[in-house]
Amino acid sequence: MKKVYPDAKSALDGLLFDGMFIAAGGFGLCGIPELLIAAIRDAGTKNLTIASNNAGVDGFGLGVLLQTRQVRKMISSYVGENAEFMRQYLSGELELEFNPQGTLAERMRAGGAGIPGFYTKTGVGTVIADGKEVKSFDGQDYILERGIVSDLSIVKAWKADPSGNLVFRKTARNFNGPAATCGRVCVAEVEEIVPLGALDPDKIHVPGIYVHRLIAGPHEKRIEQRTVRKRESA
Amino acid sequence: MAWDRNQMAARAAQELQDGWYVNLGIGIPTLVSNYIPEGVEVTLQSENGMLGMGPFPFEGEEDADLINAGKQTITELPQTAYFDSAQSFAMIRGGKIAMAILGAMEVAENGDLANWMIPGKLVKGMGGAMDLVAGVGRVVVVMDHTSKHGESKVLKACTLPLTGRGVVNRIISNLGVLDVVPGGLRIVELADGVTEAELRAATEATIVN
Repeated sequence: MKKVYPDAKSALDGLLFDGMFIAAGGFGLCGIPELLIAAIRDAGTKNLTIASNNAGVDGFGLGVLLQTRQVRKMISSYVGENAEFMRQYLSGELELEFNPQGTLAERMRAGGAGIPGFYTKTGVGTVIADGKEVKSFDGQDYILERGIVSDLSIVKAWKADPSGNLVFRKTARNFNGPAATCGRVCVAEVEEIVPLGALDPDKIHVPGIYVHRLIAGPHEKRIEQRTVRKRESA
Repeated sequence: MAWDRNQMAARAAQELQDGWYVNLGIGIPTLVSNYIPEGVEVTLQSENGMLGMGPFPFEGEEDADLINAGKQTITELPQTAYFDSAQSFAMIRGGKIAMAILGAMEVAENGDLANWMIPGKLVKGMGGAMDLVAGVGRVVVVMDHTSKHGESKVLKACTLPLTGRGVVNRIISNLGVLDVVPGGLRIVELADGVTEAELRAATEATIVN
Protein backbone atom coordinates (compact mmCIF):
# COMPACT_ATOMS: atom_id res chain seq x y z
CA MET A 1 0.00 0.00 0.00
CA LYS A 2 1.71 3.13 -1.19
CA LYS A 3 -0.35 6.31 -1.12
CA VAL A 4 2.31 8.94 -1.66
CA TYR A 5 2.82 10.09 -5.26
CA PRO A 6 5.55 12.38 -6.58
CA ASP A 7 3.21 14.99 -8.11
CA ALA A 8 -0.38 15.85 -8.96
CA LYS A 9 -0.19 14.43 -12.48
CA SER A 10 0.91 10.98 -11.34
CA ALA A 11 -1.54 11.03 -8.43
CA LEU A 12 -4.44 11.48 -10.87
CA ASP A 13 -3.16 8.90 -13.37
CA GLY A 14 -5.95 6.55 -14.43
CA LEU A 15 -8.61 8.36 -12.41
CA LEU A 16 -9.80 11.01 -14.88
CA PHE A 17 -12.42 10.51 -17.61
CA ASP A 18 -14.70 12.79 -19.59
CA GLY A 19 -18.11 13.35 -18.01
CA MET A 20 -16.94 12.41 -14.52
CA PHE A 21 -18.26 13.78 -11.22
CA ILE A 22 -15.74 15.44 -8.90
CA ALA A 23 -16.28 16.72 -5.35
CA ALA A 24 -13.83 19.41 -4.28
CA GLY A 25 -12.98 20.92 -0.91
CA GLY A 26 -12.42 24.60 -0.20
CA PHE A 27 -14.36 27.71 0.74
CA GLY A 28 -13.72 30.64 -1.55
CA LEU A 29 -9.99 30.33 -2.22
CA CYS A 30 -9.31 29.02 1.29
CA GLY A 31 -8.23 25.39 1.48
CA ILE A 32 -8.66 24.64 -2.22
CA PRO A 33 -6.79 21.76 -3.90
CA GLU A 34 -4.93 24.10 -6.22
CA LEU A 35 -2.30 21.59 -7.37
CA LEU A 36 -4.86 18.95 -8.35
CA ILE A 37 -7.03 21.54 -10.10
CA ALA A 38 -4.02 22.57 -12.19
CA ALA A 39 -3.30 18.95 -13.04
CA ILE A 40 -6.92 18.38 -14.14
CA ARG A 41 -6.62 21.47 -16.34
CA ASP A 42 -3.43 20.06 -17.88
CA ALA A 43 -5.08 16.67 -18.40
CA GLY A 44 -7.88 18.37 -20.37
CA THR A 45 -10.65 16.16 -18.94
CA LYS A 46 -13.97 17.47 -20.23
CA ASN A 47 -17.69 17.68 -19.34
CA LEU A 48 -16.96 17.67 -15.63
CA THR A 49 -19.65 17.95 -13.00
CA ILE A 50 -18.10 19.53 -9.91
CA ALA A 51 -19.63 19.77 -6.45
CA SER A 52 -17.83 22.60 -4.67
CA ASN A 53 -19.15 25.35 -2.42
CA ASN A 54 -17.72 28.01 -4.74
CA ALA A 55 -16.38 28.13 -8.28
CA GLY A 56 -13.11 29.94 -7.65
CA VAL A 57 -12.27 33.30 -9.20
CA ASP A 58 -11.17 34.20 -12.70
CA GLY A 59 -7.80 32.52 -13.18
CA PHE A 60 -7.54 30.77 -9.81
CA GLY A 61 -9.16 27.86 -8.04
CA LEU A 62 -11.87 26.11 -10.06
CA GLY A 63 -11.97 29.26 -12.20
CA VAL A 64 -9.09 27.80 -14.24
CA LEU A 65 -11.26 24.83 -15.30
CA LEU A 66 -14.02 27.23 -16.31
CA GLN A 67 -11.63 29.21 -18.50
CA THR A 68 -10.67 26.03 -20.34
CA ARG A 69 -14.38 25.06 -20.68
CA GLN A 70 -13.83 21.74 -18.95
CA VAL A 71 -16.82 22.11 -16.65
CA ARG A 72 -20.35 21.18 -17.76
CA LYS A 73 -22.10 21.61 -14.43
CA MET A 74 -21.42 23.12 -11.01
CA ILE A 75 -23.17 22.20 -7.76
CA SER A 76 -22.48 25.16 -5.46
CA SER A 77 -23.99 27.48 -2.88
CA TYR A 78 -22.36 30.74 -3.97
CA VAL A 79 -20.65 31.66 -7.23
CA GLY A 80 -20.38 35.42 -6.88
CA GLU A 81 -16.74 36.17 -7.60
CA ASN A 82 -16.29 34.81 -11.08
CA ALA A 83 -17.04 36.80 -14.26
CA GLU A 84 -16.24 33.92 -16.62
CA PHE A 85 -18.60 31.69 -14.65
CA MET A 86 -21.41 34.21 -15.07
CA ARG A 87 -20.71 34.61 -18.76
CA GLN A 88 -20.87 30.86 -19.42
CA TYR A 89 -23.91 30.45 -17.20
CA LEU A 90 -25.89 33.26 -18.80
CA SER A 91 -25.03 32.00 -22.30
CA GLY A 92 -26.24 28.50 -21.39
CA GLU A 93 -22.85 26.80 -21.75
CA LEU A 94 -22.67 25.94 -18.06
CA GLU A 95 -25.29 24.25 -15.91
CA LEU A 96 -25.65 25.35 -12.30
CA GLU A 97 -27.39 23.62 -9.41
CA PHE A 98 -27.62 25.83 -6.35
CA ASN A 99 -27.51 23.97 -3.04
CA PRO A 100 -27.82 25.71 0.31
CA GLN A 101 -24.36 25.59 1.86
CA GLY A 102 -25.26 23.30 4.74
CA THR A 103 -27.25 21.02 2.47
CA LEU A 104 -24.24 20.67 0.16
CA ALA A 105 -21.94 19.86 3.09
CA GLU A 106 -24.41 17.33 4.48
CA ARG A 107 -24.94 15.77 1.03
CA MET A 108 -21.19 15.08 0.92
CA ARG A 109 -21.08 13.85 4.52
CA ALA A 110 -24.11 11.61 3.98
CA GLY A 111 -22.79 10.21 0.71
CA GLY A 112 -19.52 9.29 2.39
CA ALA A 113 -21.38 7.76 5.34
CA GLY A 114 -23.55 5.47 3.22
CA ILE A 115 -26.68 7.56 3.70
CA PRO A 116 -28.47 7.96 0.35
CA GLY A 117 -30.79 10.74 1.50
CA PHE A 118 -31.79 12.85 4.46
CA TYR A 119 -34.60 15.21 5.42
CA THR A 120 -33.85 18.84 6.20
CA LYS A 121 -35.81 21.99 7.06
CA THR A 122 -33.45 24.03 4.91
CA GLY A 123 -35.17 25.32 1.78
CA VAL A 124 -38.73 24.31 2.70
CA GLY A 125 -41.13 26.68 0.94
CA THR A 126 -38.43 27.93 -1.46
CA VAL A 127 -37.42 27.07 -5.04
CA ILE A 128 -34.90 24.63 -3.54
CA ALA A 129 -37.83 22.40 -2.56
CA ASP A 130 -39.20 22.20 -6.13
CA GLY A 131 -39.57 18.58 -7.20
CA LYS A 132 -38.36 17.22 -3.87
CA GLU A 133 -40.32 14.99 -1.51
CA VAL A 134 -41.78 16.86 1.46
CA LYS A 135 -42.37 14.92 4.67
CA SER A 136 -43.78 16.10 7.95
CA PHE A 137 -42.13 15.10 11.24
CA ASP A 138 -43.75 16.25 14.49
CA GLY A 139 -45.73 18.89 12.64
CA GLN A 140 -42.77 20.40 10.79
CA ASP A 141 -42.09 20.04 7.06
CA TYR A 142 -38.77 18.73 5.77
CA ILE A 143 -37.49 18.07 2.25
CA LEU A 144 -35.57 15.05 1.04
CA GLU A 145 -32.02 15.73 -0.13
CA ARG A 146 -29.73 13.11 -1.65
CA GLY A 147 -26.29 12.07 -0.49
CA ILE A 148 -23.47 12.70 -2.95
CA VAL A 149 -21.06 9.99 -4.06
CA SER A 150 -18.49 11.33 -6.51
CA ASP A 151 -16.19 9.50 -8.90
CA LEU A 152 -13.31 11.45 -7.42
CA SER A 153 -12.75 13.77 -4.49
CA ILE A 154 -9.95 16.33 -4.47
CA VAL A 155 -9.06 17.94 -1.15
CA LYS A 156 -6.36 20.08 0.41
CA ALA A 157 -5.01 19.60 3.92
CA TRP A 158 -2.16 21.11 5.90
CA LYS A 159 -0.26 17.97 6.86
CA ALA A 160 -0.53 14.27 6.22
CA ASP A 161 1.38 11.19 7.17
CA PRO A 162 2.17 8.50 4.57
CA SER A 163 -0.89 6.48 5.66
CA GLY A 164 -3.15 9.30 4.49
CA ASN A 165 -4.16 10.69 7.87
CA LEU A 166 -4.97 14.38 7.33
CA VAL A 167 -4.72 17.44 9.54
CA PHE A 168 -6.17 20.78 8.51
CA ARG A 169 -5.33 24.28 9.66
CA LYS A 170 -7.89 26.85 10.90
CA THR A 171 -10.76 27.63 8.50
CA ALA A 172 -9.01 25.89 5.59
CA ARG A 173 -10.73 22.71 6.80
CA ASN A 174 -14.23 23.76 5.59
CA PHE A 175 -15.57 21.38 2.90
CA ASN A 176 -12.39 19.32 2.71
CA GLY A 177 -13.50 16.91 5.43
CA PRO A 178 -16.92 16.08 3.96
CA ALA A 179 -15.55 16.07 0.38
CA ALA A 180 -12.78 13.63 1.31
CA THR A 181 -15.34 11.10 2.49
CA CYS A 182 -17.77 11.20 -0.45
CA GLY A 183 -15.46 10.15 -3.27
CA ARG A 184 -15.09 6.60 -4.55
CA VAL A 185 -11.47 7.70 -4.76
CA CYS A 186 -9.98 10.61 -2.82
CA VAL A 187 -6.75 12.35 -3.74
CA ALA A 188 -5.39 14.77 -1.15
CA GLU A 189 -2.74 17.44 -1.54
CA VAL A 190 -0.93 18.79 1.50
CA GLU A 191 1.76 21.31 2.35
CA GLU A 192 3.86 18.72 4.14
CA ILE A 193 3.98 14.95 4.49
CA VAL A 194 5.41 14.10 7.89
CA PRO A 195 6.78 10.69 8.98
CA LEU A 196 4.49 8.05 10.44
CA GLY A 197 4.07 8.74 14.13
CA ALA A 198 4.64 12.49 13.80
CA LEU A 199 0.91 13.29 13.89
CA ASP A 200 -0.91 12.97 17.21
CA PRO A 201 -3.43 10.13 16.64
CA ASP A 202 -5.89 12.03 18.82
CA LYS A 203 -5.74 15.04 16.51
CA ILE A 204 -6.36 13.46 13.10
CA HIS A 205 -9.16 15.32 11.28
CA VAL A 206 -9.65 12.84 8.42
CA PRO A 207 -8.45 9.27 9.01
CA GLY A 208 -6.41 7.76 6.22
CA ILE A 209 -9.10 5.22 5.31
CA TYR A 210 -10.74 7.96 3.24
CA VAL A 211 -7.56 9.01 1.42
CA HIS A 212 -6.28 6.86 -1.43
CA ARG A 213 -3.55 8.99 -2.93
CA LEU A 214 -1.46 11.80 -1.55
CA ILE A 215 0.89 14.51 -2.77
CA ALA A 216 2.81 17.34 -1.13
CA GLY A 217 3.81 20.59 -2.76
CA PRO A 218 4.09 24.35 -2.46
CA HIS A 219 0.78 26.23 -2.32
CA GLU A 220 0.10 29.79 -3.37
CA LYS A 221 -2.81 30.13 -0.87
CA ARG A 222 -4.14 33.32 -2.40
CA ILE A 223 -6.17 35.64 -0.16
CA GLU A 224 -9.50 36.71 -1.65
CA GLN A 225 -10.46 39.64 0.62
CA ARG A 226 -7.50 41.02 2.51
CA THR A 227 -8.93 43.00 5.45
CA VAL A 228 -6.85 44.49 8.24
CA ARG A 229 -7.24 46.88 11.17
CA LYS A 230 -5.00 49.75 12.15
CA ARG A 231 -2.64 49.38 15.07
CA GLU A 232 -3.53 51.81 17.81
CA SER A 233 -0.59 54.11 18.40
CA ALA A 234 1.11 53.44 21.71
CA MET B 1 -34.71 61.49 10.81
CA ALA B 2 -34.13 57.80 11.08
CA TRP B 3 -31.39 55.40 12.12
CA ASP B 4 -28.27 55.13 9.97
CA ARG B 5 -26.35 51.89 9.36
CA ASN B 6 -24.38 52.15 12.58
CA GLN B 7 -27.43 53.03 14.66
CA MET B 8 -29.29 50.03 13.22
CA ALA B 9 -26.30 47.84 14.08
CA ALA B 10 -26.17 49.28 17.59
CA ARG B 11 -29.89 48.61 18.05
CA ALA B 12 -29.45 45.05 16.76
CA ALA B 13 -26.64 44.53 19.28
CA GLN B 14 -29.20 45.12 22.05
CA GLU B 15 -30.79 41.81 20.97
CA LEU B 16 -27.74 39.86 22.12
CA GLN B 17 -27.84 37.99 25.40
CA ASP B 18 -24.96 36.86 27.55
CA GLY B 19 -23.71 33.41 26.66
CA TRP B 20 -25.29 33.26 23.23
CA TYR B 21 -23.72 31.77 20.12
CA VAL B 22 -24.62 34.06 17.23
CA ASN B 23 -24.15 34.21 13.46
CA LEU B 24 -23.86 37.64 11.85
CA GLY B 25 -24.54 38.05 8.13
CA ILE B 26 -22.61 40.18 5.67
CA GLY B 27 -23.16 43.97 5.52
CA ILE B 28 -24.81 45.89 8.36
CA PRO B 29 -25.06 42.72 10.52
CA THR B 30 -21.24 42.53 10.54
CA LEU B 31 -21.18 45.97 12.20
CA VAL B 32 -23.19 44.57 15.13
CA SER B 33 -19.97 43.16 16.61
CA ASN B 34 -18.78 46.75 17.19
CA TYR B 35 -21.68 47.43 19.58
CA ILE B 36 -21.90 44.33 21.80
CA PRO B 37 -23.04 45.71 25.18
CA GLU B 38 -20.67 45.69 28.13
CA GLY B 39 -21.06 42.57 30.26
CA VAL B 40 -22.60 40.57 27.41
CA GLU B 41 -20.37 37.77 26.17
CA VAL B 42 -21.38 36.34 22.82
CA THR B 43 -19.49 33.87 20.67
CA LEU B 44 -19.61 34.62 16.95
CA GLN B 45 -19.97 31.69 14.56
CA SER B 46 -18.59 31.86 11.06
CA GLU B 47 -20.33 29.23 8.98
CA ASN B 48 -17.19 28.29 7.05
CA GLY B 49 -16.12 26.47 10.21
CA MET B 50 -15.30 28.56 13.25
CA LEU B 51 -16.68 29.52 16.65
CA GLY B 52 -15.09 32.47 18.42
CA MET B 53 -14.38 34.82 15.53
CA GLY B 54 -11.94 37.61 16.37
CA PRO B 55 -11.37 41.03 14.76
CA PHE B 56 -9.57 41.74 11.49
CA PRO B 57 -5.80 41.10 11.71
CA PHE B 58 -3.20 43.82 11.96
CA GLU B 59 -1.48 44.53 8.66
CA GLY B 60 1.15 41.90 7.95
CA GLU B 61 -0.56 39.32 10.17
CA GLU B 62 -3.13 38.12 7.62
CA ASP B 63 -3.42 34.32 7.37
CA ALA B 64 -4.76 32.78 4.16
CA ASP B 65 -6.08 29.85 6.23
CA LEU B 66 -8.18 32.09 8.49
CA ILE B 67 -11.16 33.81 6.88
CA ASN B 68 -14.79 34.52 7.67
CA ALA B 69 -17.83 33.60 5.59
CA GLY B 70 -17.39 36.83 3.62
CA LYS B 71 -13.89 35.55 2.70
CA GLN B 72 -12.27 38.37 4.71
CA THR B 73 -9.12 37.72 6.72
CA ILE B 74 -9.87 37.56 10.46
CA THR B 75 -8.21 36.40 13.68
CA GLU B 76 -8.88 33.80 16.35
CA LEU B 77 -9.57 34.22 20.07
CA PRO B 78 -8.49 32.11 23.06
CA GLN B 79 -11.84 30.27 22.97
CA THR B 80 -11.84 29.65 19.20
CA ALA B 81 -12.77 26.23 17.83
CA TYR B 82 -12.51 25.09 14.21
CA PHE B 83 -14.56 22.40 12.49
CA ASP B 84 -15.62 21.34 9.02
CA SER B 85 -18.59 22.64 7.03
CA ALA B 86 -20.78 19.61 7.79
CA GLN B 87 -20.38 20.13 11.53
CA SER B 88 -20.79 23.88 11.13
CA PHE B 89 -24.19 23.42 9.56
CA ALA B 90 -25.06 20.59 11.92
CA MET B 91 -24.88 23.13 14.77
CA ILE B 92 -26.88 25.62 12.69
CA ARG B 93 -29.53 23.14 11.56
CA GLY B 94 -29.57 21.55 14.99
CA GLY B 95 -30.68 24.78 16.64
CA LYS B 96 -27.52 25.35 18.67
CA ILE B 97 -27.02 28.87 17.34
CA ALA B 98 -29.25 31.16 19.40
CA MET B 99 -29.67 33.90 16.83
CA ALA B 100 -28.79 35.00 13.32
CA ILE B 101 -28.77 38.67 12.33
CA LEU B 102 -29.15 38.96 8.57
CA GLY B 103 -29.85 41.48 5.85
CA ALA B 104 -33.08 41.36 3.83
CA MET B 105 -34.39 42.50 0.47
CA GLU B 106 -38.02 41.88 1.51
CA VAL B 107 -39.82 40.66 4.61
CA ALA B 108 -43.50 39.73 4.79
CA GLU B 109 -45.95 40.00 7.65
CA ASN B 110 -45.95 36.20 8.10
CA GLY B 111 -42.19 36.16 8.60
CA ASP B 112 -41.25 35.14 5.05
CA LEU B 113 -37.78 36.37 4.12
CA ALA B 114 -36.31 37.09 0.68
CA ASN B 115 -32.63 38.01 0.60
CA TRP B 116 -30.83 35.94 -2.01
CA MET B 117 -32.18 36.37 -5.52
CA ILE B 118 -33.68 38.95 -7.86
CA PRO B 119 -35.05 37.17 -10.96
CA GLY B 120 -33.50 38.49 -14.16
CA LYS B 121 -30.49 39.84 -12.32
CA LEU B 122 -27.19 38.14 -11.66
CA VAL B 123 -27.74 35.31 -9.19
CA LYS B 124 -24.80 34.66 -6.91
CA GLY B 125 -26.37 32.04 -4.67
CA MET B 126 -27.86 31.64 -1.23
CA GLY B 127 -24.66 30.56 0.51
CA GLY B 128 -25.63 29.57 4.04
CA ALA B 129 -28.63 31.87 4.41
CA MET B 130 -31.32 29.22 3.84
CA ASP B 131 -29.71 26.90 6.38
CA LEU B 132 -29.37 29.70 8.93
CA VAL B 133 -32.96 30.93 8.77
CA ALA B 134 -34.27 27.37 8.90
CA GLY B 135 -32.12 26.31 11.81
CA VAL B 136 -31.22 29.02 14.30
CA GLY B 137 -33.31 29.84 17.36
CA ARG B 138 -34.18 33.39 16.43
CA VAL B 139 -33.88 35.38 13.17
CA VAL B 140 -33.48 39.16 13.32
CA VAL B 141 -33.26 41.06 10.04
CA VAL B 142 -31.64 44.45 9.69
CA MET B 143 -32.76 46.35 6.62
CA ASP B 144 -33.83 49.62 5.05
CA HIS B 145 -37.57 49.94 5.41
CA THR B 146 -38.08 51.16 1.84
CA SER B 147 -36.31 50.88 -1.52
CA LYS B 148 -34.41 53.73 -3.12
CA HIS B 149 -37.66 54.55 -4.90
CA GLY B 150 -39.56 54.79 -1.63
CA GLU B 151 -41.42 51.49 -2.01
CA SER B 152 -41.99 49.45 1.13
CA LYS B 153 -39.82 46.37 1.61
CA VAL B 154 -41.95 45.29 4.58
CA LEU B 155 -44.78 43.62 2.71
CA LYS B 156 -48.00 41.63 2.97
CA ALA B 157 -46.30 38.97 0.84
CA CYS B 158 -42.79 38.77 -0.61
CA THR B 159 -42.51 39.21 -4.37
CA LEU B 160 -38.94 37.84 -4.61
CA PRO B 161 -37.98 34.14 -4.30
CA LEU B 162 -37.91 33.18 -0.63
CA THR B 163 -34.91 32.36 1.51
CA GLY B 164 -37.23 30.92 4.13
CA ARG B 165 -40.91 30.67 4.92
CA GLY B 166 -42.18 32.15 8.18
CA VAL B 167 -38.68 32.42 9.62
CA VAL B 168 -38.26 36.07 10.72
CA ASN B 169 -38.90 36.96 14.37
CA ARG B 170 -37.92 40.63 14.48
CA ILE B 171 -37.25 43.40 11.95
CA ILE B 172 -34.86 46.25 12.76
CA SER B 173 -35.11 48.89 10.04
CA ASN B 174 -33.98 52.47 9.72
CA LEU B 175 -37.47 53.46 10.91
CA GLY B 176 -37.87 51.22 13.95
CA VAL B 177 -38.32 47.73 15.36
CA LEU B 178 -41.21 45.40 14.50
CA ASP B 179 -42.03 41.87 15.65
CA VAL B 180 -43.70 39.20 13.56
CA VAL B 181 -46.80 38.16 15.54
CA PRO B 182 -50.00 36.29 14.66
CA GLY B 183 -51.94 38.39 12.15
CA GLY B 184 -49.09 40.70 11.12
CA LEU B 185 -46.40 42.92 12.57
CA ARG B 186 -46.38 44.70 15.92
CA ILE B 187 -44.47 47.94 16.44
CA VAL B 188 -41.92 47.49 19.22
CA GLU B 189 -40.03 50.73 18.94
CA LEU B 190 -39.70 53.81 16.72
CA ALA B 191 -36.31 55.06 15.48
CA ASP B 192 -35.14 58.43 16.73
CA GLY B 193 -37.29 61.19 15.23
CA VAL B 194 -39.64 58.79 13.42
CA THR B 195 -43.37 59.02 14.11
CA GLU B 196 -45.71 56.05 14.18
CA ALA B 197 -47.56 57.58 11.23
CA GLU B 198 -44.33 57.67 9.21
CA LEU B 199 -43.55 54.04 10.08
CA ARG B 200 -47.06 52.94 9.16
CA ALA B 201 -46.95 54.89 5.88
CA ALA B 202 -43.70 53.14 4.92
CA THR B 203 -45.06 49.68 5.79
CA GLU B 204 -47.24 47.70 3.38
CA ALA B 205 -47.61 44.82 5.83
CA THR B 206 -50.53 44.64 8.25
CA ILE B 207 -49.67 46.25 11.57
CA VAL B 208 -51.53 44.82 14.57
CA ASN B 209 -51.73 46.16 18.09
